[in-house]
Amino acid sequence: MKYYDKLIFELSSEGRQGFSLPQPSYGGTTSDLPENLRRASSVSLPQVSEPDVVRHYTNLSNMNFGVDTGFYPLGSCTMKYNPKINEEVAAMPAFKDIHPLQPSRTIQGVLTIYKELSSSLSAITGMSAFTLNPFAGAHGELTGLMVMRSYHRSRGDFARVKVIVPDSAHGTNPASAAVCGLEVVQVKSTPQGTVDVEDLKPLLDDSVAGMMMTNPNTLGLFEPEIKEIAALVHSCGGLMYYDGANLNPLVGVVRPGDMGFDIMHINLHKTFSTPHGGGGPGSGPVGVTKALEAFLPNPKVVVTPESYLKVYGRSGRPAEDDDMAAGQVSGFMGNFGVILRAYTYILMLGRENVRKVGPLSTLSANYIKESLKDCYHLPIPSVCKHEFVFDGLEDKSTGVTTLDIAKRLLDYGFHAPTIYFPLLFHQSIMIEPTETESKETLDAFIDVMRRIAVEAAENPQTVLDAPHSTPVRRLDETTAARHPILSYKNLIEE
Amino acid sequence: MAFPYFPHTDEDIRLMMERAGVKSFDELYSDVPEEFIYGKEYDLPSAMSEIQVRQYFEKLAQKNIPLTCFCGAGSYDHYAPSVVPYILSRSEFLTAYTPYQAEISQGTLRYIFEFQSIITELTGLDVANASMYDGPTAAAEAMMMALASAKKKTRILLSRTLLPQVLSVIETYAKYHGVQLGYVETRDGVTDLEALRIHLKAGDVAALMVPQVNRYGIVEDLSGFAEELHQQKALLVTYCDPSTLAVIRTPGEWGADIACGDCQSLGMPMSFGGPYAGFLACRQEYLRKLPGRIVGATVDKDGKRAFVLTLQAREQHIRREKATSNICSNQSLMALYATVYVAVMGPEGLRKVNDISYASAHHLHDALLATGLFKEVFDKPFLKEFVLSTTLDYKTLQQALVSNGFFAALRTEEGYLDFCCTEKRTPEQIDALVSVITSLVNN
Repeated sequence: MKYYDKLIFELSSEGRQGFSLPQPSYGGTTSDLPENLRRASSVSLPQVSEPDVVRHYTNLSNMNFGVDTGFYPLGSCTMKYNPKINEEVAAMPAFKDIHPLQPSRTIQGVLTIYKELSSSLSAITGMSAFTLNPFAGAHGELTGLMVMRSYHRSRGDFARVKVIVPDSAHGTNPASAAVCGLEVVQVKSTPQGTVDVEDLKPLLDDSVAGMMMTNPNTLGLFEPEIKEIAALVHSCGGLMYYDGANLNPLVGVVRPGDMGFDIMHINLHKTFSTPHGGGGPGSGPVGVTKALEAFLPNPKVVVTPESYLKVYGRSGRPAEDDDMAAGQVSGFMGNFGVILRAYTYILMLGRENVRKVGPLSTLSANYIKESLKDCYHLPIPSVCKHEFVFDGLEDKSTGVTTLDIAKRLLDYGFHAPTIYFPLLFHQSIMIEPTETESKETLDAFIDVMRRIAVEAAENPQTVLDAPHSTPVRRLDETTAARHPILSYKNLIEE
Repeated sequence: MAFPYFPHTDEDIRLMMERAGVKSFDELYSDVPEEFIYGKEYDLPSAMSEIQVRQYFEKLAQKNIPLTCFCGAGSYDHYAPSVVPYILSRSEFLTAYTPYQAEISQGTLRYIFEFQSIITELTGLDVANASMYDGPTAAAEAMMMALASAKKKTRILLSRTLLPQVLSVIETYAKYHGVQLGYVETRDGVTDLEALRIHLKAGDVAALMVPQVNRYGIVEDLSGFAEELHQQKALLVTYCDPSTLAVIRTPGEWGADIACGDCQSLGMPMSFGGPYAGFLACRQEYLRKLPGRIVGATVDKDGKRAFVLTLQAREQHIRREKATSNICSNQSLMALYATVYVAVMGPEGLRKVNDISYASAHHLHDALLATGLFKEVFDKPFLKEFVLSTTLDYKTLQQALVSNGFFAALRTEEGYLDFCCTEKRTPEQIDALVSVITSLVNN
């Protein structure tokens, strides 16, 4: 990785151009618009040639670390390998050039893929039906909670305004509940790191809309009392929501639908191998039980008796009287480009290899955990699923924190794990290796983690000053937040 | 049997199990109640080779009918220079995640900073975030943001000229979030300022959202809107097509406080509705209410210029239920798409795209009227998109268009027909479209 210090605006020179467009065939230009409607200010955007653009962004990319660069054990993010055939399928003109409002009969191929991916997700999770419309995990959570509320409302049950969330939950759970107009009630974890059923019981009454759970939870632990929890929540009239962020270890082994969950979302960009794109686009399909199907948002793909696929409930179309849908959560029908990639991955896996996803990811996590637990503090020693959490170094006397360890890992060519989450421990290091990393890679990571532990004891300053070899070193985040410079204009005004 | 994405040999697995202290995969799931272990075969196809997967998708592709696009309605068939998808395919961008570790994510952080800069320049507003999912969800977030910014005001007004999907998504969010909505009616195809004045008398309005180019393709004249709203301490939020902001009056110039919209028009493939990228921009004073990721400039410990995620105290991973929004990821890669597109096009390219689309759309508009089969609905200025009314039978028209390879004359809620031309539409295609329609009557 090499430091490169330009912004595209700094390459600009008046009169340079990077585009080629045809001459207009007809008279008239936008300057014919009434003056009042025209832009008065000049447009200060970059003027650069095509080679300038290519070199600039190539140089920027050289300061980035991706899954293709190296090991990326970011907990709860499932940074597995992104197969290359996925990209080629998503780029096929027959899919890429489809307008989202085209008549159903002209897009039977597209609708078949939508339908087949939905069925595949049902097969893998045990849920009855899916919408693929939500754009991301958090968006799926919001959609799922909308389904939950619609269900209660449809039964005239308007008093259910609370949603129970474990204290170990992802931050999006309570935030999604708040956006959905629900009150968040937190349930404690036991010292063993799983939901405290005794703490849960008094929270359950007829004001509970449902409970959100991640299973395995953010400590990578399977919730052993899930059956009782689901029964308790159901008996008070609430619904069970499954946060699919940690679905990977269950793929091929356990289905959320069989554990008593009524609603779930899946992160296609995690579990189903689509690239994370520097923070999106993702995709967050929502699955529900049979009883909740009618509440899935519009638009939907429906099958006519002649096995013809039809888009139902597009906005601007007259709504049907019996329409119970939660509403519409996306402009059209989700990130179809991501849906295509995920379906490609499922076809490659097939029913044979799907069985290996969970077990191999779980084996990899346990392998790292057992290899490092003598030098990093393992607060909960039981078998983990796809990820686990260390609470900093075993030796707390060195002054080296989790942040320092994360930064030192960058020097050794690894991405850092998720740090300071979950909030249950002060020095959380959350490691998720996934099933696509070789034993050699895991061994190299283990060696480096052990070496950092030794450095922390013998030469802590090296770790405290890390990283040393990255394009930039630790950043002044305080000034960035106190005195925000958020655009090129701000920057040159400085 | 080995599988290309799983590197483990049997020997690797044996050694790993030994270290992990288990004898079998089953033992790794000994904490799962046995009744939850799925013992049956999965209802999925058998694993395919790459060759078979390709053939499978090629077969599905043939079930789509390729059509030349003459519609808009929120998704536009603009041209993307080859360099844009080329840059996006670089795996250093594609396979990275959210730039939490800034020291090895300067590529992502810099292009997001550039994206924010481009959006502020196009909108004429002070700050922008790192992108939202799509235009309609950006509009829903803008609604919640406006509500949080305008103290003690409870009602959000929506112009009826917003795109149907924008209204639908906002209405859905509002229903669950508990937001009271009101509607400003349409007069002659544009938002009625008089109707707004009447609403404002109630004193409870937090904001109005109005499109700059509306659902009929009309460029709205927002003279007086910001003044009326600001007098009542309410905000003006405009929904925009960023591609057009290089030529039409900007949100900043209209006095808007917040702007949102969809970056799809910046050359993104229509791709059956996604991935696109929404954007959200605002005046400086509303920065702390802006949801989503934001990148700021700073220096590293050696004094080198560097970029970092900032103002994270607004976000869900810190604030949980008190966050400005539940949004976590954005559409980062599509923000890169928009950034590279704008870099290649520059101010002149964006103007030309608008000019060519304008000229073609106006030519098509006049040619359709000249057939005598269509009537003008509104006599208002438009750019690339317009609506007409017709007495032709809709089904017959659609059948003729599709069988000749066109997607055009999309029927709106009001029964008008939507047409759109981008710079990709050639005179031959335009002539062919008009003659298909003319032949409907001549035969």
